[in-house]
Amino acid sequence: MENQATYNYKVVRQFSIMAVIWGIVGMLVGVICAAQMYWPELNVGPYLHFGRLRPLHTNAVIFAFGGCALFATSYYVVQRTCNARLFCDKLAAFTFWGWQLVILLAVITLPLGYTSGKEYAELEWPIDILIAVVWVAYAVVFFGTIAKRKIKHIYVANWFFGGFILAVALLHIVNSLAVPVTLTKSYSVYAGAVDAMVQWWYGHNAVGFFLTAAFLGMMYYFVPKQAGRPVYSYRLSVVHFWALIFTYMWAGPHHLHYTALPDWTQSLGMVFSLILLAPSWGGMINGIMTLSGAWHKLRSDPILKFMITALSFYGMSTFEGPMMSIKTVSALSHYTDWTVGHVHSGALGWVAMISIGSIYYLIPRLFNRNEMHSIKLIEVHFWLATVGVVLYIASMWIAGVTQGLMWRAVNPDGTLMYAFIDAVKASYPYYFIRFLGGAIFLSGMFLMLYNVLRTAFDGKAVDAQIPAAAAHAH
Amino acid sequence: MDFTSGFWPIYILVMVIASLAFVLVVLVSQTKLKIKKGEKVEVTGHKWDGDLEEYNNPLPGWWVAMFYMTIVFAVGYLVAYPGSGVYQGAFGWSAQNQHAKEVESANKQYGPIYAKYAKVPVAELAKDEQARELGKRLYMTYCMQCHGADARGATTGFPNLTDDVWLWGGSAEKITETLNKGRVNQMPAFGEVLGEEKVRDVANYVRKISGQPFNEARALRGAVVFTSAKPLACASCHGPDGKGNMDAGIPNLTDGDWLYGGSEASIVETITNGRQNQMPAWQEFLGDDKVHLLAAYVYGLRANQPKDNQPK
Repeated sequence: MENQATYNYKVVRQFSIMAVIWGIVGMLVGVICAAQMYWPELNVGPYLHFGRLRPLHTNAVIFAFGGCALFATSYYVVQRTCNARLFCDKLAAFTFWGWQLVILLAVITLPLGYTSGKEYAELEWPIDILIAVVWVAYAVVFFGTIAKRKIKHIYVANWFFGGFILAVALLHIVNSLAVPVTLTKSYSVYAGAVDAMVQWWYGHNAVGFFLTAAFLGMMYYFVPKQAGRPVYSYRLSVVHFWALIFTYMWAGPHHLHYTALPDWTQSLGMVFSLILLAPSWGGMINGIMTLSGAWHKLRSDPILKFMITALSFYGMSTFEGPMMSIKTVSALSHYTDWTVGHVHSGALGWVAMISIGSIYYLIPRLFNRNEMHSIKLIEVHFWLATVGVVLYIASMWIAGVTQGLMWRAVNPDGTLMYAFIDAVKASYPYYFIRFLGGAIFLSGMFLMLYNVLRTAFDGKAVDAQIPAAAAHAH
Repeated sequence: MDFTSGFWPIYILVMVIASLAFVLVVLVSQTKLKIKKGEKVEVTGHKWDGDLEEYNNPLPGWWVAMFYMTIVFAVGYLVAYPGSGVYQGAFGWSAQNQHAKEVESANKQYGPIYAKYAKVPVAELAKDEQARELGKRLYMTYCMQCHGADARGATTGFPNLTDDVWLWGGSAEKITETLNKGRVNQMPAFGEVLGEEKVRDVANYVRKISGQPFNEARALRGAVVFTSAKPLACASCHGPDGKGNMDAGIPNLTDGDWLYGGSEASIVETITNGRQNQMPAWQEFLGDDKVHLLAAYVYGLRANQPKDNQPK
């Protein structure tokens, strides 16, 4: 409680800088994995083998990069839209150091081979407990700040952040329930098809809440701010918020089409995934239409370009997702690189781009500067990112559909036309394009790091004043 | 069968209907307000962080229509297909009967292609160019994962089908039997019973009888272990001369052919920890006609003069 008159920007600064650094680490590991797919001889030793680097990549980009970006932006947004300093500075600092410890432990244990074997939830039980503790602290800080707000109405961005924090706590705790055997080994309390169902209930909602709802919260603050325009429709935000957070919970079974999962579960997963299309697009419409009347700003403002491109990729991948959840389409796309392409159109196109745009907005404000050190470099970064994503997802679409078609092709006598290795051979050139796309995207992140550090060193860490009880409130 | 009690199907049914209703209510509740043509859309009047405001634009019509369509589709789909508790759907569809139907129609379509060769003896079929082509494609679909595209065994532990060594016999009948019924083989682990020293002794004896360089002293001691170890001597399965027993799939140790490698280290590993091996049974999955063609294909792969793995 050092100074009630300012916002707590320290924790926002810490998370923002670490988001950029973890972004580079996570994407670098991704590029290494992509290189290993093209040059298998790069699989050196057990610790740096693809099988161990891949979960490190996913954990690092989702929870380290995405997580830090979300902590930073949610802490910034909740303070500024509530006219209140974060609830309990010490607890906020604990969430920062606790989260960094989680990431550090992941970086150590995953290459060593400690894993619970659950996708996107590989970390072993002691780390899971640490995550739960940090997450509860996060919830206390966030909702504590909401509780002491000076503005009566809760801004839409905070609905999404709040929903995300509650849902992720629920998902993480239920899916990670396990019986510990030793300090580094545990077994899930679920078995068989139930385990698979719980895992993908978690897995798809990690996408739905961690990678969608939370980043929509980010979007709802930074897009109107950067555009200098009011949000397009309050009503639309009400409908799509409730429909989105409610429907996402049902969608998990579409990861398990044509498996031992009961038929009724698969059907429900599919129809609710389809219903999810409109609520998802509600967010895109609200973001993009916020720009109506200010389209010209897109020409000169690379930060806005990042945000609007992110929304476009969001719209594209939330159309693709429901389509892929249709059983007939899933029969072709499942287990192929199409899924990998789909995930990256969401992860690079939507999650990374909206985060990058928001961090470019944040950094000058956190370091008392008018703007980023170089707008030109942001422009270059934008084009590197866009070209990188397009190369990545286009190559994986082609490779994925090719694989799906080759696996199902049969000779006139009913035997398979291709061996598995034939499909691998056919995918080979696209693995290089994927590597190239990833490397280009990563190179943009280095420009960002330089730009961010220059801005930070040229500026000064200043915490903004909280405006006196706003006259216009409510 | 999916449910452990009568409560859950009802719970699911109620939840499904309530969920669709909830989505519908949320949507309808926000579509009531319309603005007239030419009317200006106002901001809501709330303000955050200085300049953050919200218009109250109506929901785009095409978006609302799309939303309704997905809900209508969901209702239709859940009438037609299983999804609402125990209700099986209007057409009685299930993943299992879809699979059964596809198998049936595939059998109808492809069955005659294979049935045509059912009466031709394996040895004769092995020379038929067309039959060999069919057999090869079957092999490439079902067998190559283990035995390799070149049939030389994809990796250690999978038999080479192109040489003249046959664990269970290389006659047409034996190959057909192996394909139909599968084979299970086990070499017990002797590491604990014998101890490291004796294992190395036996390994050197095995090196000796297979015509490889060996340690004389160890091989001498190993010979004794081979014939008289308790409770189970090597010779009781592999025979006093180590030539195995083809009827039981027991390998000949003297022929220089190794499923798991013939180096001292590999043999020591085999004796210490044992080996387990299984060839799956294909009769039920493929049916007699396809097995017949596969048998002919494999029969044709054998080295020219099969010397079956048996004492001569």
